[in-house]
Parts: sequence; structure tokens; C-alpha cells
Amino acid sequence: MTASSLTGRSGARIESRNLKAQLRRTERRRKLEAAALVAPLLIFLAVFFLAPIVGMLIRSVENSELPTTMPETAAALRQWDGIDLPPEPVFASFARELAAGQRDRTLAGVAKRLTYEVPNMRSVLFATARGLPETPNGTWRDTLTARDKTWGDPATWAVMRRAAAPVTPLYMLASVDREMDASGSIVKVASDRAIYIDIFIRTFWMAAVVTVWCLVLGYPLAFKLASLPPRVSNLLMILVLLPFWTSILVRTGAWVVLLQREGPINEALQWVGLISEPLQLVYNRVGVYVAMIHILLPFMVLPLYSVMRGISPAYMRAATSLGATPFTAFRRVYLPQTIPGVGAGCLLVFILGVGYYITPALVGGAGDQMVSYFVAFFTNQTINWGMAAALGSVLLIATLLLYWVYARLVGIDRMRMG
Amino acid sequence: MTQTDTSRSAGASAPDSPHVEFKDVRKTYDGETLVVKNLNLQIRRGEFLTLLGPSGSGKTTSLMMLAGFEVPTSGDIRLAGRSIAGLPPHKRDIGMVFQNYALFPHMTVAENLAFPLSVRKMPKAEIEDRVGKALRMVHLEKFDARRPAELSGGQQQRVALARALVFDPQLVLMDEPLGALDKQLREHMQLEIKHIHESLGVTVVYVTHDQTEALTMSDRIAVFNHGVIQQIDVPDRLYQQPCNSFVANFIGENNRLKGVVRDVAGGKCRVDLTNGETVLATAVAVGQAGETTTLSVRPERIVLDAAGVGRDNRLNARVLERIYLGDHLRLRLAVADSDDFMVKVPFADDAQVFQAGHAVSVCWAAEDCRALDPV
Ligand SMILES: Nc1ncnc2c1ncn2[C@@H]1O[C@H](COP(=O)(O)OP(=O)(O)OP(=O)(O)O)[C@@H](O)[C@H]1O
Ligand SMILES: [Mg+2]
Repeated sequence: MTASSLTGRSGARIESRNLKAQLRRTERRRKLEAAALVAPLLIFLAVFFLAPIVGMLIRSVENSELPTTMPETAAALRQWDGIDLPPEPVFASFARELAAGQRDRTLAGVAKRLTYEVPNMRSVLFATARGLPETPNGTWRDTLTARDKTWGDPATWAVMRRAAAPVTPLYMLASVDREMDASGSIVKVASDRAIYIDIFIRTFWMAAVVTVWCLVLGYPLAFKLASLPPRVSNLLMILVLLPFWTSILVRTGAWVVLLQREGPINEALQWVGLISEPLQLVYNRVGVYVAMIHILLPFMVLPLYSVMRGISPAYMRAATSLGATPFTAFRRVYLPQTIPGVGAGCLLVFILGVGYYITPALVGGAGDQMVSYFVAFFTNQTINWGMAAALGSVLLIATLLLYWVYARLVGIDRMRMG
Repeated sequence: MTQTDTSRSAGASAPDSPHVEFKDVRKTYDGETLVVKNLNLQIRRGEFLTLLGPSGSGKTTSLMMLAGFEVPTSGDIRLAGRSIAGLPPHKRDIGMVFQNYALFPHMTVAENLAFPLSVRKMPKAEIEDRVGKALRMVHLEKFDARRPAELSGGQQQRVALARALVFDPQLVLMDEPLGALDKQLREHMQLEIKHIHESLGVTVVYVTHDQTEALTMSDRIAVFNHGVIQQIDVPDRLYQQPCNSFVANFIGENNRLKGVVRDVAGGKCRVDLTNGETVLATAVAVGQAGETTTLSVRPERIVLDAAGVGRDNRLNARVLERIYLGDHLRLRLAVADSDDFMVKVPFADDAQVFQAGHAVSVCWAAEDCRALDPV
């Protein structure tokens, strides 16, 4: 090898290092530009989407009532080993903070928190606090026990100790029909109070039924739309999207009118002679399904349509020219190519369906309410944020799980939303 | 099958009976205009027949009727002597290569090739065997596990070809299969397809609007225009003896001169050009004396000046443009009514004289000049 070729090579190396630096510089610029473009949306999402979710997750385990109102008692309770009754200092600080709370009217939160575990704790707490002496009559333990014998029960203090912890599994357990017994182990709640598991099953079942129906109704529709000339299919697409132009409340209300006992559907069926008695179509499961399918159908049709539009008719022709019957051609050539659309549509409808609230609330009966109804109930009626957040969290976790399964089965990169 | 008696009466297995036969086939999509007008066409077994014509002339439509994707409005199509009206496409056993290949995107190359075999319920071992053979035929052995999207255009084209052949169809249809490839690859694939055709002996009906492609590959070419076959012939006759002006213009380079027939005698005619000169030509598609006609002369049949001594025709011309092409010269001349009269001159030492503005004389034999229908 000659000298000139050697210098030539090192020259090339320097050249390539310069090139790399240059590339990095331009790449960095491009990345900055890209970041600047998505930043507004990211910030929006972080503030209005991620933060509330994180807030909800925190709320579902938050246990701040006792620690904020009675910080010393809470600290003392956390020191205690939980065996039998707590030592006198716990009683003492509890009595002091109870009196203070009574004076400052800050006991309501603690009372509510305790009733979640022991229903009559509210009255016990207020009865004890009312006119509590400044100094104990003997020990504080005896004094309090004398005022209400509940304070002499180790089970009460087990509850108090759980209420003093920084976080509580109480709500999460309750949303899956579980609770902690006095010894702290997780047990099923009494069967008359066990409702949430059933409600979750019902919620997922109803969303699944709606999804299947949307697929069954939407697939042929999307297929037909995709095979029409664009002018016609665009027009029909507007009809499919028409429901989006009215509020969900109005649409649901319209279904109540249509489906009620004296509504046009029942009257038409009676007039034709198909039925002699009006059918119960509303305030039951049928009504909920009809209204939900109507509202969610476009979310199935849109991704299906967009995927099908992209499938050239030449594939089906090719398949038949190769000897496949029309059915085989559909099954082996067309259908597999629509799977990304089917996946996207089903996921969309199912996730939206799982979170449905207003439609079941308006069109359904007592047995047709979904999880969101109870979330709303705990938020608006009983102001039990912990329970509301826990139910929401379980729903979120279950949905994410489902999404994960879907991603494993179909592959998220193959999904097309439209 | 539900067919008329005539379908059975024909000798289905006679060796010289046409493989494919179009009989008075007509097709209209809208009930107003005929896209295919009275198509009569016979294709021999093992023949490579090309349908050539401008866009919209009904080539694809004819092919689709043969494949079964379109129904003839009237007339009959016969395959091996039997009418195939009412036979659905998947029972016709016709291999087909589509313009954009239509390879199934969700299947690998091997799965694509196995598709026609597996729908025929062939045993696994045989499928593998045949797929392997087909891949070797198109030189893609190493690509069996790729998806179509991971192949180049030429490779996709070969997969499409292999897929149309893998189930041993007797007839293969190709609709502009090379249209999406660049020129070099196209020329390469033309030869490859031709070799495959020769080695397999299948009947091929090939559609293109590229005349060079048609001339290179075909046994016979059917030239389409406005839904009518203008001429059907072997490539050299089509080029040398076009039977009307459309074919003469569509195939190869052509010089046209307008004129009026003076007289017709013994297959020859004398034609008066617009500038008063007279030409002796072969009468192909001319009417009576006094009717107009278009003369057609190929550029390479024309000789200039002294070289043309003794030819039937000698006309005055003027050089408008001189294009140097290495081994030959191309001259654009003004002759009679035409001012893009092209001539090919072999490059010789005296070529220097043909400069723009020079007056020359152009000469050709009566056999090389065809009097055709006026345009
Ligand atoms: N499905 C259809 N519906 C209505 N008209 C059609 C249809 N297919 C083709 N045509 C019309 O029929 C005529 C012939 O079309 P065809 O596709 O056979 O032409 P072609 O010779 O294959 O042209 P190209 O070289 O452009 O492919 C055209 O005028 C076309 O507009
Ligand atoms: Mg075509």
C-alpha cells in the first residue's frame, strides 16, 4: 500500500467525522422543531388528561382525613403495634384532638372516614366529643370508655389505626367486594353488600355485546360504503355520521320517546299485527343496547371504512382468478386485510361503551346501570371521592389490561383508526 | 353448467381448434356506447397474443370478459371449444397477472404462491414442491419469507408472474404487467416473460399499449382502436404491411402524405399529392379514382438523391433539421404537404451535404409505399 492511499484513508475518516457532526446538528434541529410542534398538545394532555388520571389514582388510596385532623393521634397510632388496646398516650392525644376538633368543627371528615368501616362511628364520635372534660377522670382510656364503651373495644382501635395510615386499600378493596377484617386480612364482604364485581362483569358484558352488535351491523355497511363510487359513499357517510350532530342527551331522549310503551315502534308493531301487547322496550336492557349501538356504530364504521377503502378490488379479483370461491377469497384475502380496522373499531367501541353513563341512566332500569353510574353516584350523592376514584381506577386498570391483550394479539402498529 | 347445445357440438379436443375464441362479442357498460364492438378473435394453443391499442380502446374490457370479471353484452367466448358464459371466474382456471400485481399484502411470497394451490386442496408436500419450483423459475428462491412490501417492483412483478403460473393454467392473461417498471427493467422482464412462455408452452394473452413491447414479445398482435380490431398479424407483417392508417401510425414511425387517387390498376395506384407531384403506391385501402387517400412510408425505406436511382418515386424535398445519432442520421424534411417527413440515412462520408436548408430528392419503391384510408 502506498503512502498516498494511507493519507487518503485518514482523510476520509476525518471527512466522515465531520459528516456525523453535521448530521447530528441537522438532526437536533429537526427534533427541536418536532418537539415544538407537539409541545402544545403534550402540555394540554398533561394538564387536562394525565393529571386528572393521576389525581384519581391517588384519590383511590388517599387516607388523609384522620392524619390531617388529628396529626398527633395519627402519629401515635402508627407507633402502636396494634395488639389489644393502644397505650395511654394515644388515648390522651386522641382526647385532646377530639376536643379541639369539636371546638373547630373539623370532625366531619374523620367521622365520615370511620363510618366507611364501622357504620355507627359518626354518632359515637360526636357523642364522645360533646362535653368532653379537659382533664381525664383517671386515665383517658377509662374516661373515654366510660363515655362510650366502643373505645374499649380493640376492633375500634384497629379501625382507627388503619385510618391513621398514610394510604388505605379500603376503597380499592371495596370496589372488588373485599374488606379487611379486624385481624387485617382481606376477606369477601357479606353477600348482601357484594355488588361491585357483578357491576364490573355487567359493564364489560354490556360493552362486549354492544361491540359485537356494532361489528355485525357495521362490517357489511362499511363494506358496501367502501365499494361504492366516492360521490355516493361520501353522501352515505354523512348519514352514518349524522348522529354526531346532535347531543348524546337528545339522542338518548329520542330513543325513550321512540321505544316507550305508547311510542311509534310499539304502535307500528301492533298495527302490523306482530304483537298484541306493547313490548317493554325501554327502561330495560333492550333499550340500553339499542341506544348504545346507535350512538357507537359510527365509531365502528369509520375505521372499518377507512381500512376497506384502501383495499383494492384487484385483490378479490386476483383471489378468484387463482381459483378461490368468492367466500374463500373473502375469508382468506379480504377479511385478514380488514383486521386492523376491526381491531380499532372494536377497541374504540368497547372502551367508549365501558365508560357509558348517561344512556344507561336514562334508558336503563336499575339492573342495567354500569360502573360509571356508581362513580357518578359516589361523586355527586355521597361525596365519597375515595370510592368513586377506586371504581374508576379499577375500570382504568381493566381497560388497560384489555388493551394490552389486544396489542399482544393483533399488534398495535397494525391498528388503523381511520 | 348451463349452456346451449352448440357448446357441446364443437369438437372440444380437436388439436387445431382454437384455444380461445371470441365470437361476435360486444360489450357496453352504460347501454349507449359499445366499448367492444363485434370482437371476433381466435387464439391458438400455446400462442403469445398481444392486444395492443391506445388507452380506452377496450383491451382490458376484453381481457376481463375472458377472465370472467365482466359479462359480454352479447356474443360468446369459448375456451377449448366450450362456451364459458355462466362459468364463474374461479372455475375458469385462467392465470392472471394484474397491472399492479395484486399480491396479497398480508401473506409472504411463499404464501402468495401457495394460495392457488391450497384453494385447490393440494397436499402440503406437493404445494411446497411446486412453490419451490415456481420461485426458482423467477429466480426468487431466497425471497420466500418476505412480504410483498419488502420487494422491489421487478421482484413483485416476478412473484405475480409465478403466482399466475404455479397452478399450471393452460391460459395466462396479463394486463400491462410491466407498466409500473422503468424502461431497463421492463426490457429485461419482456425477455424473461418470453422465455418462460417458450419453455412452458402456455397460451398467453397480453395487454399493452407499448408497441415496442408488443413487437418484441408477441407471436401475433391484435391492434385495437375504439373497440374494434384494426388488424391482427405477426409483428413483421404488422409493421411492414399495415392495412390502414391507424395501424401504420400506431406501430412504428410513419411518414404520411395526403393525396388524391388518379387511377388504380393491378394492385398499384397513382396518387396526386397536394403540390402536384405524383406517387406510385401499393393500393391497400383506397377507393375509386378521385377519392382521397393517405400514403404511408417508413423512414428506413427512403433513400436520398443518387442512391435512389431506379426507384419508382422521386420527390423534391428540403432539409429542415439534421439530427446526428452516431451510426445514422435522422433528417426532418419538408415533402409535399408534410413538414415532419423523417428519413433515416446510414452515416457515410457524404452525409455532410445534408445540412438544414439543402434541397434533396427522396426516393422509394412502390412496394414500400402503401395507399391507405384518408385521415
Ligand atoms: N367498469 C366500467 N364502467 C364503465 N365504463 C368502463 C368501465 N371499465 C371501462 N370502462 C370504459 O370502457 C372503455 C374501455 O376501457 P378499457 O379499460 O377496456 O380500456 P383499455 O384499452 O384497457 O385502456 P387502458 O390502456 O387505458 O387500460 C373506456 O372508455 C372506459 O372508460
Ligand atoms: Mg386497461
